[in-house]
Amino acid sequence: MAYVSLILGRVGKAVIVLLAILVFNFFLIHAAPGDPAAVMAGEAGATDQQFLDDLRERFGLDQPLPVQLWRYMSGVLQLDFGYSYRQQMPVLDLILERLPATLLLTGAAFCISLLFGIIAGALAAMRAKRPSGSIIMGLALLFYATPLYWVAMMAVLVFSVTLDWLPAYGYSTVGADYTGLAHVGDVAVHLILPALTLGLFFMAVYTRMTRTSMLSVSQQDFVKTARAKGLAPGVIQRRHILRNALLPIITLAGLQAGQMVGGAVLTETVFAWPGIGRLMYEALMQRDYNLLLGIFFFCALLVILFNMLTDVIYRLADPRIKQGAT
Amino acid sequence: MNFFKRFAQNRGALVGLVILGLVVLLALLAPFLYPDSPWRMVQRPFLAPGEVSGFWLGTDVMGRDVAAGLAHGAWVSLLIGLISTVVALAIGVPLGALAGYFGGKVDDALMRFTEFFQTIPNFALAIVLVAIMEPSTFSIVLAIAIVSWPPVARLVRGEFLSIKHREYVEAARLVGQTHRDIIIKQILPNTLSPVIVLASLMVATAILLESSLSFLGLGDPDTMSWGYMIGAARTVMRQAWWLSVIPGVAILLTVLALNLVGEGLDDALNPQLARAR
Repeated sequence: MAYVSLILGRVGKAVIVLLAILVFNFFLIHAAPGDPAAVMAGEAGATDQQFLDDLRERFGLDQPLPVQLWRYMSGVLQLDFGYSYRQQMPVLDLILERLPATLLLTGAAFCISLLFGIIAGALAAMRAKRPSGSIIMGLALLFYATPLYWVAMMAVLVFSVTLDWLPAYGYSTVGADYTGLAHVGDVAVHLILPALTLGLFFMAVYTRMTRTSMLSVSQQDFVKTARAKGLAPGVIQRRHILRNALLPIITLAGLQAGQMVGGAVLTETVFAWPGIGRLMYEALMQRDYNLLLGIFFFCALLVILFNMLTDVIYRLADPRIKQGAT
Repeated sequence: MNFFKRFAQNRGALVGLVILGLVVLLALLAPFLYPDSPWRMVQRPFLAPGEVSGFWLGTDVMGRDVAAGLAHGAWVSLLIGLISTVVALAIGVPLGALAGYFGGKVDDALMRFTEFFQTIPNFALAIVLVAIMEPSTFSIVLAIAIVSWPPVARLVRGEFLSIKHREYVEAARLVGQTHRDIIIKQILPNTLSPVIVLASLMVATAILLESSLSFLGLGDPDTMSWGYMIGAARTVMRQAWWLSVIPGVAILLTVLALNLVGEGLDDALNPQLARAR
């Protein structure tokens, strides 16, 4: 029962945030230079006044602002995100078509960065006073300072252009029409560079977090007790320190997920990965505001869903957290 | 030990300071070294570094001098990084101070507001803001500030919460100082050191954000920036690797230097923490 009310509370909070984002979106559309009708007319390639007036009337742009806001919100609640005149498709269809590729990319990058980040951070904490620990932290600092899109381009330069090991762009080999396992393998090969380069920055983040967290846990009393009991140092590191150090990382990883969706815009642009990040770049290039704001809303939705997921995982992983404590 | 000695004990921070000094020097000297606009075509396009004397970093797709772009871009990166951080502090510090000092409903409302901005994906929001406001130095600075103030507000709030019940604050209250005076004269000065450390790291993040926006074509069309240079070089990566490698290394070094300096400041300003680590 407690979990149900907890989850209901989270959902309620998420709904409020999403509604706030919709209001925010609505005012952004109105802040854009030229009213939406002018933008739409521009997109449709028409300029005469009659057409503009028709558009204003058809979309209710001659109505007072609160009425327009209501229409926009109720439209979105019926899953109507407007129409992209550039792509000649409803915004929702465009986004849903591209969403799986982004989920695959960010999911893979998230797993890679979390796994290797925790391993590297744990090693760095265990070897805090040795050169190998410093080398890991030096590398983490370096990747932390590297622009995402630039790493992606350098990876293409090295692994695709120079060494010719991996494909430089796309989701699958064009015209190959693989099926079954061959298709999965083909996509996996295309996924390696984008997922690694997107994950690299976050790997650096998790490495630093894991190390700091482990070092602070290792100062606590129960670790001294374990040492006094005569447990082997390796067992203490793995069972006592690492397990407790991982808890705050779950929360922080949830917060980082939002950054990853944003980073995907850059990665997908470099690798021509057909996800919503690439779609956002296209919308930018074409000044397609309907599409841009639709994607923005979906990015926020993804982040909120992911935050809720990590929240639940956190509470399952650490029963000490009482429901309703936050 | 004084501040400078503690800072100098961190060797990485010294290296960072030297690199940062060189970048600042380059930015300041740009108008004298390369008085011409970095947008001007000065030679054949696609000259490799050192191929023609006087163009030691080569030329780009339009025959513009890469070295001139690099120097002018340094100015843009540092300026936008610095100003947007100042603006973010101007938003985050007062909000955090009010939330922490007054607590209760004020705190609740302000923290909900902060959480809202923390939930929205940073980079996506920055893209949308700049696209809607039309790319310009002003819109870029504003967008970066809007996505980077929440951590400042949270930090300042936390500091205020821990300081507001100290004896000297109670004493100030007893002698009848106004809330305004207590906030500005008593508590705020004591929150400065963690805020300075955070600010130095924020400049680094802001430079990365600015370069990412310009890479996507959302830079100010009137100013040459490192991100723009890399974005423009993307399609010709196979023919001219140096066009993307050189500005990328410049961003990497600048951001790395700022992070190192930030860590050094942290050691120097929070000595107890540094020893515990």
